[in-house]
Amino acid sequence: MTGWTLGPEAGLVGFPALGAVVLAITAARGRRLVVGLTLAATLVALVMTLTRLLSVGAYEQDIGGWGAPLGIGWRIDGFAVLMLGLSVAVGIAVSIYSLAYFGDEPGDRRRALFFWPLWFFLWSALHGLFLSRDLFNWYVTLELSGLAAVALIALSGRADALTGSLRYLLLALAASLLYLLGVVVLYSATGSLDLAQVAARLTPGPVALAAILLITAGLVVKSALFPAHFWLPSAHASAPSPVSAVLSALVVKGGFYILARTMTGLWPAAVADGVLLGLGWLGGAAVLWGSLLAIRQQHLKLVIAYSTVAQLGYLFMAFPFWMEGVGEQVASRAWAGAAYQAVSHGLAKAALFLAAGVLIHARGRDDLDALRGLGAHLPVTATAMALAGISLMGIPPGAGFLPKWMMMTAAIQEGRILPIVVLITGGLLAVGYLFRIFRRLLAADDVVLAHPPPRILELAALGLAILSIVTGLSSLPILSLLRIGAPEGFAAYLESVP
Amino acid sequence: MTVTIYSMAAIALFVLGLYGLWWQPHLLRKLVSLNIASAGAFLLMVALAFRGGDPDPVPHALVLTGIVISVSATAFAVVLAARRYRETGAVELDDPEERP
Repeated sequence: MTGWTLGPEAGLVGFPALGAVVLAITAARGRRLVVGLTLAATLVALVMTLTRLLSVGAYEQDIGGWGAPLGIGWRIDGFAVLMLGLSVAVGIAVSIYSLAYFGDEPGDRRRALFFWPLWFFLWSALHGLFLSRDLFNWYVTLELSGLAAVALIALSGRADALTGSLRYLLLALAASLLYLLGVVVLYSATGSLDLAQVAARLTPGPVALAAILLITAGLVVKSALFPAHFWLPSAHASAPSPVSAVLSALVVKGGFYILARTMTGLWPAAVADGVLLGLGWLGGAAVLWGSLLAIRQQHLKLVIAYSTVAQLGYLFMAFPFWMEGVGEQVASRAWAGAAYQAVSHGLAKAALFLAAGVLIHARGRDDLDALRGLGAHLPVTATAMALAGISLMGIPPGAGFLPKWMMMTAAIQEGRILPIVVLITGGLLAVGYLFRIFRRLLAADDVVLAHPPPRILELAALGLAILSIVTGLSSLPILSLLRIGAPEGFAAYLESVP
Repeated sequence: MTVTIYSMAAIALFVLGLYGLWWQPHLLRKLVSLNIASAGAFLLMVALAFRGGDPDPVPHALVLTGIVISVSATAFAVVLAARRYRETGAVELDDPEERP
């Protein structure tokens, strides 16, 4: 034990948790102040973490000075900070949005009372997840974020929300158990929970394969990969809009993040080609199936939720490029593409859900036909939707373009036809389901707004939408951030980035 | 030998629990099944902690954390299910593919 060691990254976990406790006690009194301070402190912690990362390179932090295998280790590298940056950006926009979203009616006030502590706890748990490199700590952060997410879905108390949240809860718990079982097998084989130590001690064989399969199965359910996606649309669509934004942009990324970390961390010795290929197939199927279902939906939030199913598929299409025999150049390009896609989808999807919340608030209904003619009344929101849509469809300069392009070039280089077909078809289908929304927004119908939405709601959505274009334009800083501490065997492509 | 018996029993419990979670329609039965599966996972951790000599304390500490999580999650699920029963009178989840 070397004494009390805390770096700036501890603030990313600590400040939201502190804010949650304070908000649970003080309730509505001084809420704006507490929320504002929490957001500011968390942002400062992120900036300081980034500064430290840029000056010293990837670093590790043992909480309280207790090292592995007994303590919990954090690893701060480019991938972690990129995801933390996404989380902080979405979190700040969602928080500002939520201050205005929950109004003054008694029902709204009651919901806000529960929303704030739960949301800040969720935020804190997600930051813990992104910082960790400890297999059991990931189980804990998955459960913390999962339980908070379920409570947030159930917030409205409506029957559909309760059903959606219960289904999510049961599946999430079962998935965590599968993951936990895999972790236990890894621990019994290696005597450690620290990813780096496990990787050093694990030998390929049936035990390693069983552990990888269990962990993969659990995380696939957690990140709603096809065919385990069926819990997602009802859960995400029945939640209040700011909650939907957080769920689709951040919470489902947790499962992907752990899986990507585990696979790259244990690669290549203990990762089976079959598992990687299987994930790729499921990812491709998710892109097509999710997009087709999105086109068939009649409710705005269900269209967006099914689009999440599709967009998550792209993340998993990167895994087959990590198989034995693929060059490091291609493998690293696919890895960077997946990380980039996680960020671009997070920003665009959060913007889309926040904008959807404005439109639904304005009309008091959520069927697609209620959108007719709203574009003329709410030009800011319509712009936000259009910008986020550009990113989702993968049109440059949206942030969704480059990750898909990187995967496309990886596939071309490897001579794989199927991923290319899926990438092109997926983009076209995205145009299909998004234009069902845009066409109605831009219709020349004359409508009367039920409730004119507060300006700040529109601006929060627009802010994220603009950010989803800016991250598309600033690909070099993002790729060079990813290069810092990139996992071994996944750096070649990033080294060639200027 | 003892470790093997415990491990096999643990895996059997885990599979049994997951089976019940998937096939039992009643929400309370689903929850009981989930707890059986958790018990299986925890039992495996306790069993694998013994590798000759003194048992490894780390898995035991993990089991404690796991139990805390499992108890709170169960309590939360019961509250949700009870609330849903009051709202709708339903004790079963619908077909997952059906839109609520």
